[in-house]
Amino acid sequence: MAIWLNKDSKVIVQGMTGATGVKHTKLMLGDGTNVVGGVNPRKAGQSVDFDGTEVPVFGTVKEAIEKTGADVTVIFVPEKFTKDAVVEAIDAEIPLAVVITEGIAVHDSASFWAHAGKKGNKTRIIGPNCPGIITPGQSNVGIIPGDITKPGRIGLVSKSGTLTYQMMYELRDIGFSTAVGIGGDPIIGTTHIDALAAFEADPDTDLIVMIGEIGGDAEERAAAFIEKNVTKPVVGYVAGFTAPEGKTMGHAGAIVSGSSGTAQAKKEALEAAGVKVGKTPSETARLARAILVG
Amino acid sequence: MDLFEYQARDLFAKHGVPVLAGEVIDTPEAAREITERLGGKSVVKAQVKVGGRGKAGGVKLAATPDEAVARATDILGMDIKGHTVHKVMIAETAPEIVEEYYVSFLLDRANRTFLSIASVEGGMEIEEVAATRPEAVAKTPIDAIDGVDEAKAREIVAAAKFPAEVADKVAHVLVTLWDTFVKSDALLVEVNPLAKVASGEVIALDGKVSLDDNAEFRHPEYAELHDKAAADPLEAAAKEKNLNYVKLDGQVGIIGNGAGLVMSTLDVVAYAGEAHGGVKPANFLDIGGGASAQVMADGLEIILGDPDVRSVFVNVFGGITACDEVANGIVQALALLEDRGEQVSKPLVVRLDGNNAELGRKILTDANHPLVQRVDTMDGAADKAAELAAAK
Repeated sequence: MAIWLNKDSKVIVQGMTGATGVKHTKLMLGDGTNVVGGVNPRKAGQSVDFDGTEVPVFGTVKEAIEKTGADVTVIFVPEKFTKDAVVEAIDAEIPLAVVITEGIAVHDSASFWAHAGKKGNKTRIIGPNCPGIITPGQSNVGIIPGDITKPGRIGLVSKSGTLTYQMMYELRDIGFSTAVGIGGDPIIGTTHIDALAAFEADPDTDLIVMIGEIGGDAEERAAAFIEKNVTKPVVGYVAGFTAPEGKTMGHAGAIVSGSSGTAQAKKEALEAAGVKVGKTPSETARLARAILVG
Repeated sequence: MDLFEYQARDLFAKHGVPVLAGEVIDTPEAAREITERLGGKSVVKAQVKVGGRGKAGGVKLAATPDEAVARATDILGMDIKGHTVHKVMIAETAPEIVEEYYVSFLLDRANRTFLSIASVEGGMEIEEVAATRPEAVAKTPIDAIDGVDEAKAREIVAAAKFPAEVADKVAHVLVTLWDTFVKSDALLVEVNPLAKVASGEVIALDGKVSLDDNAEFRHPEYAELHDKAAADPLEAAAKEKNLNYVKLDGQVGIIGNGAGLVMSTLDVVAYAGEAHGGVKPANFLDIGGGASAQVMADGLEIILGDPDVRSVFVNVFGGITACDEVANGIVQALALLEDRGEQVSKPLVVRLDGNNAELGRKILTDANHPLVQRVDTMDGAADKAAELAAAK
């Protein structure tokens, strides 16, 4: 089962012919992902050879869907063109769009999010500025290394890429149903809450690890959601206790403004909702391990 | 990037938001000629990116050009809540103020859209108004695509209960302010106070603007708005090298890959430091996925150039990047720095995990650099780095 991505997912790559697109399409294919096409209007009709696998290039997302039955797109196009690429994916009504590109202007993200709403939210957007989503052993969409962990029963949702990898690594022997990196930008498509709801409903997930960081109040809202709606155990981690006020810490959304968005407030909100919160990533992994294997 | 008031004023003027005349200067004498041009009197306003400058004595009326020079002399160099005043704006004096309002547009992260905040009770911090008289603050969601047209502006005016006689003028301010917000890719545009003056005009007397650094690619004009004087010298040097660096006030230099992991590293070092005399992280530095020798060398150079740093913690999780490449990067970076004639004398604690970690660790062991120590867990390495910083 897992969430949002499985072995039957048919994946297209917007920006497949660029350097980053080529590199990661090759890695995704190596992990068993069913990559059925790329999109580039200037190279439509051509195909790209990935170690013997010929992947056709289509002119538009719509055409790629019609020809291949694709239901997932992953977007690697440069930040200047990302808004148009996401809007094209939304207009083609593809069920899942994973936006890897970082450095997108907030007005662009706000605009494609508003566009998705006007089109009835038929496309789930993950990202932007995220590592993607992996259902180990089935499919891997984005830039998460496919060999860190194996299939298992932990669901993971995280704002941070490297902390996702760290956590998958620490719990690699237990394994993961799905891990999803939602990104650390101020405006993101899929939220912690969306992932929590999906993992709660997923029969293949027994425990949820949720990783947050400073900025905004997504973790506080997730805590309120957990309290009301999640029966499975949730283990949490929040990064950025030592971040000074008013400084952006790497991710565009990782900023403490005045007294809002602090790690302490997020940790307290999660703990009040019954979430066990680790002080370090390793302690967080130990908490998850203790619940699952005693 | 937060702008100074004078930069906000200029942006407002460019987009048709009514403002008073004003010019920025950094030497007192220049106040004379501007004040003469403004009709012989002016307001001298400290340009600092912090609230409460009026109470701190950073805003003064000048009744004559000589007085403007005197006030500018007083204010330039003044310290306001830790911010040194390097510039003052010499502004036209406001006509008699009858009422003070508040209007802003900002990003609403929770709802993934934009928000208008408006109040007929301006002149003080809007958070204060919202806390004491929430009914006086109107929040109106703005669709990112539809934006603010005349009709939407009227809706905001009605929601905030602006008096009928200023409704047209406030609506005009809202439409032009929205234009400023969108065309400059702002995260916040705020006018406080928006003043109704005796003549009935409505004028933006003070404003705040925060711009989106990610939008700089389509705004070459942003380059001139950066406040080079205020930037920490190490942060400025890091920016030159395209490094994602933030200076902090501790003693353990930090290099890592990925924003989340680096933030986490700072926390773990701070916890470990509690047992070692309270040493803390000295900086945030994310060298990203690639972690080449060149980037590693640039990063190390910045961190070793920080006189507060007593030890360095390199914390890398190899994702797509392999740890052997990172280990080679560290060894080559140290050689590169020594070639450049840098005195590398501070101990490095390196933790490598993930993709090809064994190979990477072996490279470090074989290189046997006297300053480099390997610790293979994040918590253990943080403890060692804190211990070394405390011992020096």
